[in-house]
Amino acid sequence: MVHQAPLIAWPVRDGSRVPFDVFTRADVFAREQEAIFRGPVWNYVALEAELPQPGDFKTSFVGDTPIVVSRAEDGSLHAFVNRCAHRGATVQRQASGNTRQHRCVYHQWCYNMRGELIGVPYRRGAGGTRGYAADFDAKDHGLAKLRVASRKGLVFATFHPATIGLEDYLDAPLLAAIDRLFARPVKVLGHMRQRVRGNWKLYAENTRDPYHAALLHGFHATFGTYRTNQKRTGGSDRARAHTTGATYGDDWRTAAQSGDVGQDKIVASYSLADPSLMEGRPDFDDGVTVAITSIFPSLVIQQIMNTLATRHIRPKAADEFELYWTYFGYAGDDEQTTAARLKQANLVGPAGLISMEDSEAIELIQRAIVRDGGENSFLEFGEVQADLDKDRQGEASIRAFWRYYATMMDPPSAPKET
Amino acid sequence: MSGAADQVYRDVEALEYRYARLLDDDRLEDWPGLFVEHGIYKVIPRENCQRRPPLAVMFCDSRAMMQDRVRSLRQANVYNLHYPRHVVSNIEILSAVDGTFEVAACYTVYQTDLEGQTRLFSVGQYRDIVVQDGGELRFREKIAVCDTFSIPNLLAIPL
Repeated sequence: MVHQAPLIAWPVRDGSRVPFDVFTRADVFAREQEAIFRGPVWNYVALEAELPQPGDFKTSFVGDTPIVVSRAEDGSLHAFVNRCAHRGATVQRQASGNTRQHRCVYHQWCYNMRGELIGVPYRRGAGGTRGYAADFDAKDHGLAKLRVASRKGLVFATFHPATIGLEDYLDAPLLAAIDRLFARPVKVLGHMRQRVRGNWKLYAENTRDPYHAALLHGFHATFGTYRTNQKRTGGSDRARAHTTGATYGDDWRTAAQSGDVGQDKIVASYSLADPSLMEGRPDFDDGVTVAITSIFPSLVIQQIMNTLATRHIRPKAADEFELYWTYFGYAGDDEQTTAARLKQANLVGPAGLISMEDSEAIELIQRAIVRDGGENSFLEFGEVQADLDKDRQGEASIRAFWRYYATMMDPPSAPKET
Repeated sequence: MSGAADQVYRDVEALEYRYARLLDDDRLEDWPGLFVEHGIYKVIPRENCQRRPPLAVMFCDSRAMMQDRVRSLRQANVYNLHYPRHVVSNIEILSAVDGTFEVAACYTVYQTDLEGQTRLFSVGQYRDIVVQDGGELRFREKIAVCDTFSIPNLLAIPL
């Protein structure tokens, strides 16, 4: 076996030190595409609610690879690389739509809803040219397929043949978080996107970081929507790749316990000139006002008051990613509830009163680490050796992310140089 | 264009330019005053326009809500330090009925950072409803539809 030197020089393996060059190196980014995004992981790609009908499709990404997610005539879900098997052109150019056939504009090669090749012009030749050989088999020239699995309407895809089942991959605490939020059918309300000049892992860190929430996001402190001393619970999977956390709000819980949830208006803020921003009824009777679930490698699911969204991290280069928000409500929402969700969208997204700081913090890091790539970020908030389940306030979830990441990028079982 | 129509056009144009100048001069506190009391201001990513109702990334339906947005920007939010420059063009009055004007215009917003580097931040269209309000023209509605719907970094100062 060929020796492969470790790509990343980790000073320690406990996740408490991260060399800055993992955020800047093109070779690290390239390895991530193979070892992580095309590795044994499930990548979030879409919501089923975006593809309700046979023929519905949506273009998405696995890492930086463009793909199409599609629903076939029998209702089954499929994902395939959006790159023609002939000469490599982008096949589906629309962001979403409904079609029975995905046709490449270059030479009109045509694929069905499963990405299988169903049409090749002049296959038997034309104008004296022979065309393709007699043994040309369309089955060998379909679009590269990914395996697809979904849980409660969240669609995931994997390139890797050895990826474990989705339920095993997510594990119980994450399944519970998903099942809670997606207990009812959802209705997509729209998308938000932001293009961040930073490395995608800085966002993965950010969403595993309760330390920053009340410190960076001034809106919380100013308007009292989140406090560090609120009750918080959380969970993780066996591999410690994912994390989910819930924060309980007194106002919401009181309302929920009053037994009259339908009537109680929740006004969490006292100093807004127009408090209608914060009006809304709890969607759940468990008192949870904020629930953030981060699924390795590139999905965040949020409930912040009545705002519900998936956030898909779409890496573009070592120093750039797109954050793609799919904002949703429930199919049974009445007009008033939808209106409340649309208004509360002010809180989140690229212009979010409580979220706009995140991408700025990431760009501030990316700008400052252009040199000294061997130096490290310092992640010792909370007891470093404590189990993740014992520390829901500190940087334990970030350290767990890095330990898992390091294992995927440089497996410890890699043969040593002799 | 008749003399009266010409004057209306100039008044609408002046309102659009004043809007841009207040934002560029960092007079954010004066920005809500360009709207009627229950005026609407929304920033809608172009990819959401087909949806009813469309999801906005910024959504105010009162002057008070705009004041809250400004107060949050001043006191609470952390965003990229920059000078904005709003360029408004292609102003058209699409309809004029009983002193209510439906206006379309193009906007271009540049951002210049503290190193003097300028980049194009956002391009799009304003879809406005302008009305007479206490002797002045004000926005009853201003919808900024973003062609640049993958927003560079973040959106703090209104478009």
